[in-house]
Amino acid sequence: MVVETLTEDVKKVVERWKDKEGNLIMVLHDVQDRYGYVPREAALEVSRQLNAPLARIYEVMTFYNYFRLQAPGKVNISVCLGTACYLKGAPDLIAEIRHILNVEEGKTTKDGKFHLQIVRCLGCCGLAPVITVDHKVYSAVKRSDVVNIIAEYANKDIDK
Amino acid sequence: MKRILIQDTNGNLRKELKDFMVALTTQLRDRGMGDVTQVVTVADIGVYQKGLVAKIFPEGFVYTGLGLGHIAEIIEKTVMNGIKVDALAFDKKDKQMRIVLRNCGRIDAESFDDYLLCNGYQGLVKALEMGQEKVIEEMKKSGLRGRGGAGFPTWMKWNITRGVTGDIKYIICNGDEGDPGAYMDRSVLEGDPHSVIEGLMIGGFATGASNGIFYIRAEYPLAVERIQKAIDLCYSKGLLGKNILGSSFNFDIEIRLGAGAFVCGEETALIASIEGLRGYPRPRPPFPSVKGLWGRPTVINNVETLANIPYILLHGGESFGKIGIEGSTGTKVFALTGKVRNSGLVEVPMGITLREIVFDIGGGVLNNRGIKAIQTGGPSGGVIPEQFFDTPVGYESLQKLGSIMGSGGMIVLDENDCMIDISKFYLGFCVDESCGKCAPCRIGGTQMLAILTRISEGKGEADDLKQLNEISVAMQKASLCGLGQTAPNPVVSTMKYFADEYKAHIFDKKCPSGKCASLVSYSILKEKCTGCGMCARICPVSAISGSRADKYTIDKAKCISCGQCFDVCKFGAVVRE
Repeated sequence: MVVETLTEDVKKVVERWKDKEGNLIMVLHDVQDRYGYVPREAALEVSRQLNAPLARIYEVMTFYNYFRLQAPGKVNISVCLGTACYLKGAPDLIAEIRHILNVEEGKTTKDGKFHLQIVRCLGCCGLAPVITVDHKVYSAVKRSDVVNIIAEYANKDIDK
Repeated sequence: MKRILIQDTNGNLRKELKDFMVALTTQLRDRGMGDVTQVVTVADIGVYQKGLVAKIFPEGFVYTGLGLGHIAEIIEKTVMNGIKVDALAFDKKDKQMRIVLRNCGRIDAESFDDYLLCNGYQGLVKALEMGQEKVIEEMKKSGLRGRGGAGFPTWMKWNITRGVTGDIKYIICNGDEGDPGAYMDRSVLEGDPHSVIEGLMIGGFATGASNGIFYIRAEYPLAVERIQKAIDLCYSKGLLGKNILGSSFNFDIEIRLGAGAFVCGEETALIASIEGLRGYPRPRPPFPSVKGLWGRPTVINNVETLANIPYILLHGGESFGKIGIEGSTGTKVFALTGKVRNSGLVEVPMGITLREIVFDIGGGVLNNRGIKAIQTGGPSGGVIPEQFFDTPVGYESLQKLGSIMGSGGMIVLDENDCMIDISKFYLGFCVDESCGKCAPCRIGGTQMLAILTRISEGKGEADDLKQLNEISVAMQKASLCGLGQTAPNPVVSTMKYFADEYKAHIFDKKCPSGKCASLVSYSILKEKCTGCGMCARICPVSAISGSRADKYTIDKAKCISCGQCFDVCKFGAVVRE
């Protein structure tokens, strides 16, 4: 991935946080907000501008689940696997999604369209089991609902 | 001014809800009540699976199962005359008591004025008048203990930090709610952000901290947004910054985001994370109260703890201390979920029994199944079987049963839930989230999980129970932080109360709940089968074949024991062994 504005983008972020101690995590958050993940080029740039070794950047990024090192899909499906969702059948939903899209957890479909992600708890256990597709929340999902939810996005032209 | 809140959580109701809103506002206008009644949709009233739900203020009536036909009566009786429509009312015996959630859902979370109208920042005013010592004295009287898990007395934490001299002190709000199955902190941060800010300011004043930090999960974007807005409002009104309310108290607040690491709920790991490092815990002492963020004295309080504080200052520690039972005062918010009819957040006075929470407030078990146990405390807690449901809820009483209060997850398990499966789930979570710094947690967790997996696959051996016990003790004693020390708890407590279930898996190679796929097999009873073919249609691996005349059979070689045929058969013809 090459973005022409990369140096500028990172500069802006670093500028915003430069006076704060322990700013690395916040800088990485801002970079990820901008690109949807932290591309290697951006990590290199952060390393240069913060004057921190690249290992220090990756040490933090790989420790925290929130940071992504790979580009997300165009449509991101997150299945909650918190306790309430687990008990109410989230594993079945995951199996169904894997079956329909032929994609593994944490991976993107071959056409780059759908990304399947497992999350630990979305914090709305009253609605279990829960799936979010991008930012839309589907509650009390049944195995038989999954195909319709995916169809909503499969047919949509979502090239942003 | 009347206010009608309409619950909009369930996507299925969207059209029905829209129609209802339109009809309601039209009829209100027709009756001349349009200008004095506010109709708003809210995310959560706390009643589920009962169709369209509305709550009407100031009376606080909750109506369920609403349709267009009910509108006229609601306007006539409740909106115009304040009378309850009994046929629609949702009356759970109200054993709840709202202190932490006092404003959630009742005020506009983004409005400064709304919060002021609910005695907002009056606790702070009082604290500034009282002075540090008296505030801590008041906290001592209240008996408030940390709501994040460990239950350390809040006044003591504050007092230690107050006693330490230092140029700069910090107070941190721990909003890294990571326990799967608990979401009260999110609700308070989103629904009543100012109450947490006020609590943090009072804590800052009492301990002499001039810097407040919110550490919030990045997965809670709305909470972050609302807290940021509330902080900005406070600065614009002069409630943050220098010489607050004309006193000599200076206080600043900033937000730092978590990045998805459960271990960062632990105090020393949280501090490392704010310092921009990997979230590794470190040995204590020194405790953060003495040497914390950037080596300076630091108080860390949980969101729910902080939300209690303005209330305590306003109503006095003594009156707060009268709520609940000895050693556990005040209220506790539980996230009541799992196989319970009305799941959601409940706030109850300490000392209430588990049975009251699950049956009187929660409405009992979903689908009228038998209840097996209640799990509290998430991955650090344990299960409590039915014979102890009349235990009053408190820090010590739950601990005695081998569980903990924890952050307030409360999961109802029914007879279809397998204890080995649940233990595997929680332990798997801790293994995933172990930071890997200390060996007992890193290696012990992985080994225990391997044993449990073996047991669930029917490959368990007699020696396994002994091994699980030994590793548990080692982890509890030798792990560096709370995560590793408590990770074996779900296993230990299920082994204690459901030993038979472990034995059934290990010796009989059977899973009594039918959850462990490798230990169950399905077959179809010819005499009960009606030949409808539902099972054959739903089977994901085409293992079922037959016809109306010949009835259906399962090809065991193809069957993956997913159990879908069992769930779908209406005639009880599919049996599980």
